Amino acid sequence: MNAFQWTDATSVKQATGQQTTPVADAMLVNAKPESATIFKAGGVDVLDLMKEHVLAPGRIVGIGNLPKLNAIRADGKEGTHLGALVTIAQLEHDGGLQKSYRALTEAASHAATPQVRNAATLGGNIMQRPHCWYFRNENFKCLKKGGTVCFANQAGAENKYHAIMGNQTCSAVHGSSISTALVAFGAQLELTGPQGVRRVPLEQFFVTPEKDVQRENSIQPNELITDVLLPAPAAGTGSWYIKFGERESYDWALADVAVVLEQRDGRCTKASIVLGAAAPVPLRATAAEAALLGKPITEETARAAGQAATAGATPLEQNAYKVPIFAAIVKRAILKAREA
Amino acid sequence: MASYRKLKKSAKKEGKFAALAAALAAPAIGAAAPGATRSLTMPHGIVGVNLKTISRDVPADEPPALVTNDKLNVLGKPTRRLDAHLKVTGQAKYTYDVNLPGMLFGRMYRSPHPHANVRSVDTSAAERYPGVKAVYIIETVVGSAVERDPNHKNPKVVSTGGKFPKVRYAGQPIAAVAATTQQAADEAARLIKVEYEVLPFVTDLDAAMKPDAPLVYGGKEVSMGETGGGGGAAKGLTQKGNVRGPATKSMFGGARGDVEKGFKEAEIIVEGEFRTQVQTHAPLETHGMVADYRPDGLTVYLSTQDTAGARSELAELFKLPKTEVRVITEFMGGGFGAKYGAGNYGVAATNLSKKTGVPVRLMLDRREEHIAVGNRPNSVQTLRIGAKKDGTLTAMQLVSHGTAGVGLGAGVGWIAETMYLTNPNFKGEQYDVLTNAGPGAAFRAPGAPQGAFALEQLIDELAEKVGVDALALRDKIDKSEMRREQRRVGAERFGWSKRQAPGASPGVVKRGVGAAQSEWGRFIDMDSSCEVRLHQDGSVEIRSSVQDLGTGIRTVLAQVVAEELGLQPTDVTVRIGDTNYPPGPGSGGSKTTGSITPPARTATYKVGQELLAAVAPALGVAPSELAFVGGKIVVKNNPGKSLSFREAVQKLPSAQISATEKRKDDYGGFFRPGVSFGQSGGIQFVEVSVDTETGYVKVERVVGAHDCGRPINPLALESQINGGILQGISWALYENRHMDRNHGHMMNANLDQYKILGSREVPQIDIIMVEEYTATSSTDALGIAESANVATAAAVANAVYNAIGVRIYELPITPERVLNALAKSKQKLGKI
Ligand SMILES: Cc1cc2nc3c(=O)[nH]c(=O)nc-3n(C[C@H](O)[C@H](O)[C@H](O)COP(=O)(O)OP(=O)(O)OC[C@H]3O[C@@H](n4cnc5c(N)ncnc54)[C@H](O)[C@@H]3O)c2cc1C
Repeated sequence: MNAFQWTDATSVKQATGQQTTPVADAMLVNAKPESATIFKAGGVDVLDLMKEHVLAPGRIVGIGNLPKLNAIRADGKEGTHLGALVTIAQLEHDGGLQKSYRALTEAASHAATPQVRNAATLGGNIMQRPHCWYFRNENFKCLKKGGTVCFANQAGAENKYHAIMGNQTCSAVHGSSISTALVAFGAQLELTGPQGVRRVPLEQFFVTPEKDVQRENSIQPNELITDVLLPAPAAGTGSWYIKFGERESYDWALADVAVVLEQRDGRCTKASIVLGAAAPVPLRATAAEAALLGKPITEETARAAGQAATAGATPLEQNAYKVPIFAAIVKRAILKAREA
Repeated sequence: MASYRKLKKSAKKEGKFAALAAALAAPAIGAAAPGATRSLTMPHGIVGVNLKTISRDVPADEPPALVTNDKLNVLGKPTRRLDAHLKVTGQAKYTYDVNLPGMLFGRMYRSPHPHANVRSVDTSAAERYPGVKAVYIIETVVGSAVERDPNHKNPKVVSTGGKFPKVRYAGQPIAAVAATTQQAADEAARLIKVEYEVLPFVTDLDAAMKPDAPLVYGGKEVSMGETGGGGGAAKGLTQKGNVRGPATKSMFGGARGDVEKGFKEAEIIVEGEFRTQVQTHAPLETHGMVADYRPDGLTVYLSTQDTAGARSELAELFKLPKTEVRVITEFMGGGFGAKYGAGNYGVAATNLSKKTGVPVRLMLDRREEHIAVGNRPNSVQTLRIGAKKDGTLTAMQLVSHGTAGVGLGAGVGWIAETMYLTNPNFKGEQYDVLTNAGPGAAFRAPGAPQGAFALEQLIDELAEKVGVDALALRDKIDKSEMRREQRRVGAERFGWSKRQAPGASPGVVKRGVGAAQSEWGRFIDMDSSCEVRLHQDGSVEIRSSVQDLGTGIRTVLAQVVAEELGLQPTDVTVRIGDTNYPPGPGSGGSKTTGSITPPARTATYKVGQELLAAVAPALGVAPSELAFVGGKIVVKNNPGKSLSFREAVQKLPSAQISATEKRKDDYGGFFRPGVSFGQSGGIQFVEVSVDTETGYVKVERVVGAHDCGRPINPLALESQINGGILQGISWALYENRHMDRNHGHMMNANLDQYKILGSREVPQIDIIMVEEYTATSSTDALGIAESANVATAAAVANAVYNAIGVRIYELPITPERVLNALAKSKQKLGKI
């Protein structure tokens, strides 16, 4: 790991006044990383990237001690506010969230390991870079780093964990399984910059490789995620989340799904189904949602939605097996959400 | 492994190998050892099956025979590790923890190219980096195969491809730096500039076998002094392109009978192609050394499983007498076969210390550990078994290919040859395929888990064709009495009789059970010695250079000494892992306990006799009428008359008495020098659940029935077998080296994406030890570590088959493979 300067920010204002660069920009091949300043919250992802020598910032601004950003606050009308420094462990154990946003607490309790969850923050989790092993290897100057090749998409490449949808340009999947659930609940981000505050739906915050292969989201220089708002769920909302990995301990999702359902008179009136580890960004499975709308939720409709979820998938050489896995977990999550 | 090397040498001297039957027969009863002997009556046989006593002629100075464990006080009793507290509280000092005054930190520079000639190495920028004290450029690469011109008279002449060693895998070390901080060393190593002439490469086994594949070794013959993954590579085999072999022999002889005839006689033939993946050792502590080179000699702290062997290699490499080389391994964090010798990192650290005059610590990082210091080679095996309608075996034929990267020894062992000795006809051909990947190394039962994966699945397939239960067929074709008993007790404990037909389990998540057998040779390291010291203050000490690989030999030695002197293990000080003590065995081939406990007991017996002689006058009886019992020396037929151990030692004529002993040949001799008669058995039963919609396999329950001669510490044994099973499950389901064939890099060289089983993947495990007394040494102890790892993956595969009714021929059994196999079988069914 390179030597770097360290500043511990004491206020949001001070933090956003530091001329920071999004980590994505600091990782570009032609960037001058030694002159870059980046944010660090829990440091789980930042340190991983630095240890792999794909990120070498000259200066780090610690935001872990910023006041007031580590609270979960339910606001009757609006919904629930999650501070950007709330840890994944906090999400997992919060009683209010467990009651109203079950899919989120399920996602939190299945992410990473207890140790990681205690250090990892919500803001950092959303901002983590993909865990494609070509991207994270210093020997591969891939598209994301400003190179000219997606190594994972080459013939003969090792891509069994990669994207099966939206993968034409780059097939790295997003690692945030928390976002899978957040997007399903229609979460809104609050971003604070030197010019002030802006709000953007999390779903729109993420950008596809076709839009910008070097970045996974639209964060701007000097900008900080300060809050995540979960809209208050309507009465009769049920939700569930399933993460599928090769192991239960210490593993990333091979496929994960969050389902949020509203039902009235035995029929589905609203469905929000989001797939994680399917595409470079958390992906709304709109065809699956459509398959449920207006219908009673049964084994049969859930199965049909599961099939629809990956319709049009374009698997790579090694990952076609993910398609049936998505079909299975989407079906199961729908059936669980029906009861939850 | 040192023992294999020695074995081969002595085998050559002897001429032809002994016949297989002789190998597995017990030594002749009463067989006389050379020199003065006496006859001992010893327990012999399997407890609960055929235990009796026999008489053996043994060297006259051997201790009396030990009774069976049930009549002993310390041996065979679960004993807490003496160092457990030190380990769990962080007080135990591993190589990684060694911190010497003035010590520098090292880091290696490695090639990013899988195949290249090195044109130049520029270390100037690294040398200028603040804190850097020295740079070393590697002269020869150790650990991989050696290229040599077959016509050259001197086999040691190495063709390296120029001034610098040729690069043959991505991650091959080229240079190293030493600096005042680890961080400076890390950064400086990155400033080394190397000019490469990049060459075509191949990392994929199948691709490397093609006639037009890039040649890893320029087409010249290679040979290898050290063991690769298959337990050693035979010398002098022909090589064509990247393919070397076939090796057709094993230490048990190799081919027997006439397979062609055997297959003609067969009424049923089962056949399959089985594939296993590369597994990296991934010990908790990476390879590494702290080297302290001084004018009066070299001391190294090394994470090694063979202090004595490492000393020999360092002495040879640095042209020092052995008296001036000291290797210390107080504690080590696992090796599994990969931690032998000095290593490139060790040679670099020693050279850097020599250059700077201060100690240098060079520990590998996790990436280096995965790519450069060993792995279990992969394998592709075609196995064919012929049988009569009733299951009687008529022939077995094996062809295997595997790659140990730039190393050799990717065989699949001898398990197909020796597990079912009723089979009259066997032929095996095993090929090494060279690829541009890190060298393989011995890994927990080299070759055998691969061999078992094929053999034990195919035997199950045969049972199904014959129409009998898988265990019933084994009862018919397996000659081993030990395994017959293990099948019986294991099946009972497991509930084998409740087994359903393949695929009969209802629902989406199906349950299945399967079993597989294990076998492993009984290796003995004849260079196993130790000294036992008895001090006048009553303290007792045992010393040997043998190291504790993590298996618990420290505690086992204390038990042996304690039993002999009527003490408790905690009364004994065990000093090991230092070549200043008498040379002990390397810890590989599961040979530590079987090698070092007999001399430990014999030496203790001798100091004990000396002590009895010293106290006899005070008790007014002959020494022979005294015994060590419960911390006292008592008069045997007058137990009221005694002296406490502490009182007794004060009668010693000098401040300290001691005896040094060395491992002797087995009573009744060896089948081959350093190899005992017979093999260890074992069977494992596994229950899995398989989610047929997602392909997820989970091991729910394992029962293992094993043997290791006389069990010494059942607690450590159980933990060793647990470890073997868990490592086996990890290999069966999760671990895999993902090598990018386009660029020659391992993509998952970390513990995040290289998936080792974690706490949530640990099943319920139940171990049964079947005690056996072989009457071959003063302790009758044998090893366990490797046989515990052999059967697991095969048993998991058999259980998966039982659950879903579709067989998986390739490891690891991932969701992907299960789903693909299920889809294929559905397609097939659809067509019918
Ligand atoms: C073994 C392992 C398994 C994992 N498994 C999972 C999993 O299953 N699911 C999952 O979701 N994640 C998983 N993770 C990822 C982990 O959750 C994230 O790395 C972590 O949440 C990052 O949070 P952090 O606070 O440590 O971020 P940091 O490492 O401090 O920062 C990460 C990035 O976010 C930026 N950043 C941090 N906070 C802010 C902010 N408030 N505003 C703007 N930018 C910010 C930083 O500049 C940096 O670019 C796993 C990680 C590991 C090591």
